[in-house]
Amino acid sequence: MNSLLEFLSLADPNVRFVVLGSVLLGMSSAVVGCFTFLRKRALLGDAIAHSILPGICLAFMVSGSKNPWILLAGAAVSGWLSVAAIDIITRKSKLKPDTAVGLVLSVFFGVGILLLTHIQHQGNASQAGLDKFLFGKAASMTSEDVLVFGGVGMLLLLVVIAFYKEFKLISFNPEFAKVIGLPVAFLEFLLATVTVLAVAVGIQAVGVVLMAALIISPAAAARFWTEKLAVMIVIAAIFGALSGVFGSFISFSAPSMPTGPWIVVALTVFVMISLLFAPQKGFVARWLRDGNNHEKILTENILKALYQIGEKARDFAGSRELAEIRERREFGPGELKRGLRILARRKLVVEAATGWRLTSLGLTESRRVVRLHRLWEMYLKEKIRLKEDHVHAGAEAIEHIITPEIERLLEEKLGFPERDPHNSEIPR
Amino acid sequence: MKNPIIEVHNLTVSYNKRPVLWDVDYELPPGQLIGVLGPNGSGKTTMLKTIMGLIRPDSGFVEVMGKKLDEVRDKVSYVPQRESVDWDFPANVMDVVLMGRYNPKHMFRRLSKEDRELAVAALEKVNMLPFAERQISQLSGGQQQRVFIARALARQADLYLMDEPFAGVDAASEESILELLTGMKAEGKSIMVVHHDLQTARNFFDWIILLNTSLVASGPVNEVFTEQNLQAAYGGKLTVLSQIADLVASKAFPLREKGLQDREKL
Ligand SMILES: Nc1ncnc2c1ncn2[C@@H]1O[C@H](COP(=O)(O)OP(=O)(O)OP(=O)(O)O)[C@@H](O)[C@H]1O
Ligand SMILES: [Mg+2]
Repeated sequence: MNSLLEFLSLADPNVRFVVLGSVLLGMSSAVVGCFTFLRKRALLGDAIAHSILPGICLAFMVSGSKNPWILLAGAAVSGWLSVAAIDIITRKSKLKPDTAVGLVLSVFFGVGILLLTHIQHQGNASQAGLDKFLFGKAASMTSEDVLVFGGVGMLLLLVVIAFYKEFKLISFNPEFAKVIGLPVAFLEFLLATVTVLAVAVGIQAVGVVLMAALIISPAAAARFWTEKLAVMIVIAAIFGALSGVFGSFISFSAPSMPTGPWIVVALTVFVMISLLFAPQKGFVARWLRDGNNHEKILTENILKALYQIGEKARDFAGSRELAEIRERREFGPGELKRGLRILARRKLVVEAATGWRLTSLGLTESRRVVRLHRLWEMYLKEKIRLKEDHVHAGAEAIEHIITPEIERLLEEKLGFPERDPHNSEIPR
Repeated sequence: MKNPIIEVHNLTVSYNKRPVLWDVDYELPPGQLIGVLGPNGSGKTTMLKTIMGLIRPDSGFVEVMGKKLDEVRDKVSYVPQRESVDWDFPANVMDVVLMGRYNPKHMFRRLSKEDRELAVAALEKVNMLPFAERQISQLSGGQQQRVFIARALARQADLYLMDEPFAGVDAASEESILELLTGMKAEGKSIMVVHHDLQTARNFFDWIILLNTSLVASGPVNEVFTEQNLQAAYGGKLTVLSQIADLVASKAFPLREKGLQDREKL
């Protein structure tokens, strides 16, 4: 608890650096990731991340230092080569993009591991820490690291903002972009470069192995919440930033913990939350919607049955046994009782000694349902010219979703009819 | 022909060495409604894409308004086949139509009020204005097609190339769009449309290109619509040409001894 307060107060300048750095890293990868995601290149981030390792090792071997600028340059060069290699392989051979990605990824990464092992065997004192690129360690970022990576992150965000509408078009319809004369090759180069840089700085925080998550997860999660690209990018950036903060907090409070996996855990939580709880697209929303619809149909059908029984007996106040209701209409096992209990809770029916009866509220409601059913039947027969014996089935589903506005419209179109196609009264 | 709007010269195009357009050669008059007809797989889309510079020909060249396409791109607009994009993209109808207003010369600049007005006008023309805020994933196929037409209209071009713009569009909308195209022709615009219905084609277009890997005919409607031409284009049997194309592909045989890319090299 104490460490949380200490962390949140940002009193320690070290903490401030690390948080700022992680936020910028998380945000820039998330923003860039939105475009990779929409262009269906989700695995590209993974390939780049793995391909960056040999570049970093070579940069270290040549320069003998861990200066972030030099390592970043090495990372960018080999990341870029991997993108170019994937592009050339897909265009010049019959291999599909996913095969090309797999091929390039494993070759580059293999070479990277080879170089890394070689460096470690040399026992060079300053080599310590290069392996942090494998799993990431945000907490060990120096202020210079943060300056470099934060700066690059800012630059990436600016590029995306500046070229926002062009990136949008080449993601949606690159052919049209080409036709209207946009420099598509240049824009794709720019987008690839931005992605490479985002990965090159991102692996500082999460490491090679989990970098793909930092690119894809925020975009995938954000897609659940919105249908607007700009909003999606902002949401993804927020997810990325929050995960960065969370990861660096863990690193801060338990220095032996690797940052990367924890950032990814946070991202996964965001994905899960989105998958489950996003409005419209989330599982729960869909499940509730289905459940609600089902419940509405069930209860309205029971009301209708009760009304029809009452209509026939010319007595709406009497109570009806379950068997009597079942005679009018079939219900699934247990469904009838469940529906009646829901109706009772809403004070539309009450349980009497010999069964169930409509309350006055229930009578009004059931009259409305029957009325909609019969109006709609009329409409099907008069305006859509369905055969009389076909109209009932058609009305069964629709009656449950007719709104008062549509009801009024129906009445007007039909000239306020009094009887339905089967010559039953349309109740008022 | 004087001032042809499009000149296609000895054009040969292939995918993976399999030629799908073979020595196609024609000129088109400006200010006309031009129909491109031919059976499935006859190379109509390929031809449009080659004219639009999306595919590099093996040999031959295309000139638009007497110039290289790159010099006149802002006067040309294109309606791709609807299936060429993923409609589950996070954008609404207005976003897509506004894409027609993007300008390579003003990449950083935000779209202006005028751009928006032109987009609205374009949507109005295809009767899609009420759907301006609708997500594109929630449109029917015919509505998506009309959004693409609106996007092309928003470019205010002089030449329009449309790849099956009426696929999935209902009869009433088709008629109103055809009327719209006639109006545009009256303003001096040239419109080239890939179309499948021979009946409307005959009534509606001024000029017809009949294609089946090679050019079957290109000319004014009543000259082209002959039994013989239609038989040649739609006859159904594998043409000798397509059999040779298969041979060429399987042997990776060079189509020409030397590729002729540009007029300069002729
Ligand atoms: N990307 C591609 N790779 C390989 N072959 C292709 C490709 N696109 C088209 N083809 C082949 O080229 C030929 C011409 O295709 P094209 O799309 O131009 O035909 P089309 O006339 O537009 O047909 P449709 O009426 O079905 O739209 C076809 O035989 C097709 O199989
Ligand atoms: Mg086609």
